[in-house]
Amino acid sequence: MSVPEPGFLERHLRERRAAGAKLLVPYVTGGLGPRWTEVLEAMAAAGADAIEVGIPFSDPVMDGPTIQEASQRALELGATPTAILDAVDAVDAGVPLVAMTYYNIVYRGGHRRFAHALSGNGVSGAIVPDIPLEELDPWARAAESEGVETVLLAAPVTPDDRLALICERSHGFVYGVSAMGITGERQSLAASAGVMAKRLKAHTDKPVLLGFGISTPAHAVEACAEADGVVVASALMRRLLDGASPDQIGSAVAGFRQALDAG
Amino acid sequence: MESRDTAALMREPTPEGRFGRFGGRFLPEALVPACQELEAAFRAAWADPAFHDEYLGILAANGRPTPVSECRRLSERLGVRVLLKREDLTHTGSHKINNVIGQALLTRRMGKTRVVAETGAGQHGVAAATAAAMFGFECVIYMGEVDVERQALNVFRMKLLGAEVVPVGSGSRTLKDAINEAFRDWVSSVETTHYLLGSVTGPHPYPWMIRELQRVIGDEARGQCRAILGGADPDYVVACVGGGSNAAGTFAGFVDTGARLVGVEPAGGAAVGRGIPGVVHGSLSQLLQDEHGQIIEAHSVSAGLDYPGVGPEHAHLADVGRAVYVPAADEEVLAALRLLATTEGIIPALEPAHAVAWVIRAAGTDALPTGSTVLITMSGRGDKDAEHVMGMLDAG
Repeated sequence: MSVPEPGFLERHLRERRAAGAKLLVPYVTGGLGPRWTEVLEAMAAAGADAIEVGIPFSDPVMDGPTIQEASQRALELGATPTAILDAVDAVDAGVPLVAMTYYNIVYRGGHRRFAHALSGNGVSGAIVPDIPLEELDPWARAAESEGVETVLLAAPVTPDDRLALICERSHGFVYGVSAMGITGERQSLAASAGVMAKRLKAHTDKPVLLGFGISTPAHAVEACAEADGVVVASALMRRLLDGASPDQIGSAVAGFRQALDAG
Repeated sequence: MESRDTAALMREPTPEGRFGRFGGRFLPEALVPACQELEAAFRAAWADPAFHDEYLGILAANGRPTPVSECRRLSERLGVRVLLKREDLTHTGSHKINNVIGQALLTRRMGKTRVVAETGAGQHGVAAATAAAMFGFECVIYMGEVDVERQALNVFRMKLLGAEVVPVGSGSRTLKDAINEAFRDWVSSVETTHYLLGSVTGPHPYPWMIRELQRVIGDEARGQCRAILGGADPDYVVACVGGGSNAAGTFAGFVDTGARLVGVEPAGGAAVGRGIPGVVHGSLSQLLQDEHGQIIEAHSVSAGLDYPGVGPEHAHLADVGRAVYVPAADEEVLAALRLLATTEGIIPALEPAHAVAWVIRAAGTDALPTGSTVLITMSGRGDKDAEHVMGMLDAG
């Protein structure tokens, strides 16, 4: 299989890493409230290196209570893939955007059309956690032809042979799941997180980010002892669901940024 | 109907778990190794005569083989000869026992000690809790809050059997949400836990494995029908379809005969009839969904059929024309339940009452001509629904 040139997402993350930064990728659920694009802008202004935009699905099996609630509320507010992508197109975040959704949304839209909608609206990458390697080809072909970078997830139970393939076929970065389980805040960083990052780093020089349960700046710093960066989702969406303003979400992201920069 | 090679139907799926264009394994990476482990364990067990001996031995101690009974009064009334495959007479009162015994044996083979399961009507939950008690497994059953309410008796039975019942309050609070929650548990506990899925849905190998564990229904019925019908097969074989496990097990015994296969879906959850191809709960199948790909809630009088998807092999059988899938509305299901009770002395569960309802409606039409012979799988008994049905009949 041909190896495409790194896209904006991977180039940008590699540049930031080369400059000595630990990478910070916050997440926002698309369509969650009338001001969600302001949240996106505030995240970028607070030092996010890329931003994950959730396209909500009715049945998010990988997600814990916070993202479930965020998804359900966004859907009740009328969020659709098209409306979210249109809104994203109108935002100039200045950093790469990565769509996160479930496969049925992609399948229903059509692989080509969905990939085209991402690239046409300025979205660099895609995370679709319920497409494992064996089912990846139809989507990967469409994504590559549209220049969309597909980020693959690896889990602590993933054996080495699969890990190598995941690292090879993941674009933008490689997403290490810090612990077996679903998304959501946790008291402490799982012991499996460091091992996960170390194993991935042994297989690839692509940026390796850890996600799932990165709930505090201290967790982020701890995770970055091995990883190149972190994805932070539930900790931010909990605040948004509790009524935080875009500025307040920006401050929370800035807290992660400062902690990572201070090491 | 077009000509086709029926011998190739209802065999092993492709290595990717495909039945035609449906099936597959659409799961987070974290669960892929567990599915591979399960597939390997099932393959080894299913090729092992000792496994079959143990599996069938346990089923024999729990009511198998189940009889095929002749419905004389109903047949007279409808002008078609109706036979019932009596899964309602098994231990726990439904066909679900066939599947859970098989999967419990596999759980033990894999060295796991805990099972999680979803349930809608509670029949699979009760069966899973029963198997867990028999094998000494810890057992957690996820059940939508709506179903917990309308199936209170089964909730009590599961608890009595030692299972923990977790009400699920997300989404539509029915079967699909219970499955979501069971997957969420499984991804957090996969090293010690087996997901004891109840229907021919989910990622590979579940649809194939569960059809094989249910084919005992069809294999038995085929021989029993031939004994009753002087060597002939029934003209029609009818079963209700939610996820479709009793139908899959029944059809597996008749797919290579001349019998017409009819799956009866609830009108408010007709995934084969009104669905669009899509992916949920690990496989690609026909699915009730909106234009954006959001899953639409199914609505049925029967909690066990309240599911927006259907097993991928059913979608394939419909695709190639080997089986047809027809709807039954709630009102005719209740009427069918009454008619079977008053003519035959059998109170069916609401799920198989759908199959009876179609036979009543179709008898004497081109869809089911007078004089035909029809086998219906009576997948479960109606005790669990008695209170719910009482409320509806009173209201009606």
